[in-house]
Amino acid sequence: MASQVISPEAVHHHDVHGHDAHGHHHESFLSKYVFSMDHKMIAKQFLITGIIMGVIGMILSILFRIQLAWPDKEFPLLEVILGKWGEGGRLNPAFYLSLVTIHGTIMVFFVLTAGLSGTFSNLLIPYQVGARDMASPFMNMLSYWFFFSASVVMICSFFVETGPAGPGWTIYPPLSALPKAMPGSGTGMTMWLISMAMFIASSLLGGINYISTILNMRTKGMSMTRMPLTIWGFLLTAILGLLSFPVLFAAVILLIFDRSFGTSFYLSDIYIGGEALPNSGGSPILFQHLFWFLGHPEVYIIIMPALGITSEVISTNSRKPIFGYRAMIGSFLGISFLSFIVWGHHMFVTGMNPFLGSVFMFTTLIIAVPSAVKTFNYLATLWRGNIQFTPAMMFAIGLVSFFITGGVTGLWLGNPSIDINLHDTYFVVAHFHIVMGCSAIFGMLAGVYHWYPKMFGRMMDNKLGYLHFYLTFISAYLVFFPMHFMGLDGVPRRYYTFTEFEMFTKWIALNKFITLAAILGAVAQVLFLYNFFVNIFKGKRAPQNPWHSNTLEWTTPVEHFHGNWPGEIPAVYRWPYDYSKPGAEEDFIPQTVPLSETVSSNTPHDFGFHGDESQFVHEYYQPKNVSAAVEQNAPQAN
Amino acid sequence: MSTVAHLEEEVKSSAWSGGKSPFSVEYGKLMMWFFLLSDVFTFSALLIFYGAMRFKSHSWPDPDVVFRSVPGVEHGEYPLVFVGIMTFILIASSVTMVLAVEAGHRNSRKEVLNWMFWTILGGITFLSCQAWEWSHLMHEGMTLHHNPFINADGSTGAVQFGQLFFVITGFHGFHVFTGVVINIVITINVLLGTYERRGHYLMVEKVGLYWHFVDLVWVFVFTLFYLV
Repeated sequence: MASQVISPEAVHHHDVHGHDAHGHHHESFLSKYVFSMDHKMIAKQFLITGIIMGVIGMILSILFRIQLAWPDKEFPLLEVILGKWGEGGRLNPAFYLSLVTIHGTIMVFFVLTAGLSGTFSNLLIPYQVGARDMASPFMNMLSYWFFFSASVVMICSFFVETGPAGPGWTIYPPLSALPKAMPGSGTGMTMWLISMAMFIASSLLGGINYISTILNMRTKGMSMTRMPLTIWGFLLTAILGLLSFPVLFAAVILLIFDRSFGTSFYLSDIYIGGEALPNSGGSPILFQHLFWFLGHPEVYIIIMPALGITSEVISTNSRKPIFGYRAMIGSFLGISFLSFIVWGHHMFVTGMNPFLGSVFMFTTLIIAVPSAVKTFNYLATLWRGNIQFTPAMMFAIGLVSFFITGGVTGLWLGNPSIDINLHDTYFVVAHFHIVMGCSAIFGMLAGVYHWYPKMFGRMMDNKLGYLHFYLTFISAYLVFFPMHFMGLDGVPRRYYTFTEFEMFTKWIALNKFITLAAILGAVAQVLFLYNFFVNIFKGKRAPQNPWHSNTLEWTTPVEHFHGNWPGEIPAVYRWPYDYSKPGAEEDFIPQTVPLSETVSSNTPHDFGFHGDESQFVHEYYQPKNVSAAVEQNAPQAN
Repeated sequence: MSTVAHLEEEVKSSAWSGGKSPFSVEYGKLMMWFFLLSDVFTFSALLIFYGAMRFKSHSWPDPDVVFRSVPGVEHGEYPLVFVGIMTFILIASSVTMVLAVEAGHRNSRKEVLNWMFWTILGGITFLSCQAWEWSHLMHEGMTLHHNPFINADGSTGAVQFGQLFFVITGFHGFHVFTGVVINIVITINVLLGTYERRGHYLMVEKVGLYWHFVDLVWVFVFTLFYLV
């Protein structure tokens, strides 16, 4: 091993390939748009599939919101659209549970995991680390097609007789393990499991690729601490996925055996219709442990790419270096590590040793520290910045707002004593929709608005963008904020008609209000869809670097081709956040500009010198002139 | 005081500063390592589940009583003999894999072929042994629904014993099977001279990693199911 010399060609295998591949062969429609192995095209495939899944998930939520707001009313249109699931114009109760389940599954996995991290990891990793493509473009293509197939299977489950899966997105047994338990436990549940198995394969193929690319294929000078924070976000997201999805896979294997081959891993002492089942000795709580070992890192898999994108967007549009770059990396690492040891906080009420509960409370509450580091760093970056309110920036600031609002309620729920009251109420629904749903989708939209020119070579319409932002932002708060109060009153989640209970009838008016706000939010997304799809063809042509950004992707030509850079891959001489550097001619210095060209703005720090500035001598360093030094010292002298 | 005059245009050149692999490995090998890391978590989850089930149950069948048959011997009582042979075969196939990788470093096609052949043979033998053991246990009445072996304390045998045995050794066996198929594909490539033309036998090394991993997992499965 030690004696073996790896040739640079082997390490950067793709480098060489990509170099002479571009422009020399004509791609067919199939190889360019369908079975593409180019990271940019795969990113677009992920994004558009993610958007379609997002629209489906949103329509499902509107359907069950209508049921919650008008539980007694008949909507003949529902029967037209849904057939037997909307018989008599009223939503079928079993179908309601399926809607909730599939809405959760689609949003968590298909939109905010694959749609978010799949899109932006694929687009930005090769671009921002300076690589021609992913380490293995073929595996990258497979990753997309597994994801696509998983989506198709998930959607197809709407067309089986017993309907799609209904035990909730967490698929707790026994509902998920006994096909006869309820309609949603039947074929739909089997299809859910098949779909998720493919999804896990997709995420594994993608994740391995992302990590290898980031570690192995950075361009010259792109050390780990010169990488944009987006890349740090994607790297740690991929690592979390790599380590947590296999645990879900193991749980799913055992679940499939329970469902289809009569084992008793999760089943014990169960009666269906008064008849005892033969299963004994299994434990449904073990499933919850396995599930949440994935489930908790999963929420960070969702939020970390969004946080990375936000760091980049906020710094660029504040025209300031990101505040606390290393602290940002440290908090990413802290969040990633802690995410593996907090899963028990989802299970405070499932019968856990109270001591164990307090351990999980402790680890859970510690996550507030790195999360707060991030939030304060965003605010400090914005502070006195020369803020450019682009639509991307609006969404990034929106993320910060949601992250704070939702994070604060996380502190409540992390306490077992409070969680016992709030568990499975609308308070939890409000909490996670704000902190991971809205935050992550705002991060994703910020990314779409910011990198749209890079993806399609065209600009999106700003006015529509602002309108989209305000309507979405306001409606999201109107939908989710009131839910906290319902939760505090004890309103349980996943109930078909909770307003029938005497003590909850007072909430019917608020339910109507929330549903109307949700419809407003959904309509606002039409603006986005219009803006997105029409401007692919009709948008203004994008300049090479529309946001005056420092990162490498903006040094590539607007026109896409395989291999990204026409000549050599540029080397990197500085970190990506040299915005508004004192002494510089412009308010941004791209990473590719060598220190020798920026003598007037160089600091001793740029040369790795951290001592007394007046002692530092370097050919490319110009000491700040004496009068300036005197001025700076003046207050101290007085 | 400090002058770093020569550094300016040159980019930093430590292992992690970009432009090369920090581990001096080619991306495919890195990917294999990460895949194995991921698979570690799959097996860990299954084995921890096994541990939890076993602790949850008040008693558990004694492996020395369950695994005591050897093919060709009627009513023999040789605890752990057969599985010991199986384990030895699998570990021996790992040794031949090491030799194949080593021969690959010397670009000796003939020797790679030779050692790959023995590795594949070892894998197939292991799978055959497992097939015999499974069918023998099923013959004795152990299925996914039933466990004929009583617990060590004399109570009715925990049904999860057989279920976990079949699922986890089955999942491991599936890994061995995949490994054998991949090894065959690689051997065919060696035979066709693909790697000779490429100038290196890195692919052999990569599948070697997988093969050793499968072997290592078996050590844990063996310990948990047969020894303790």
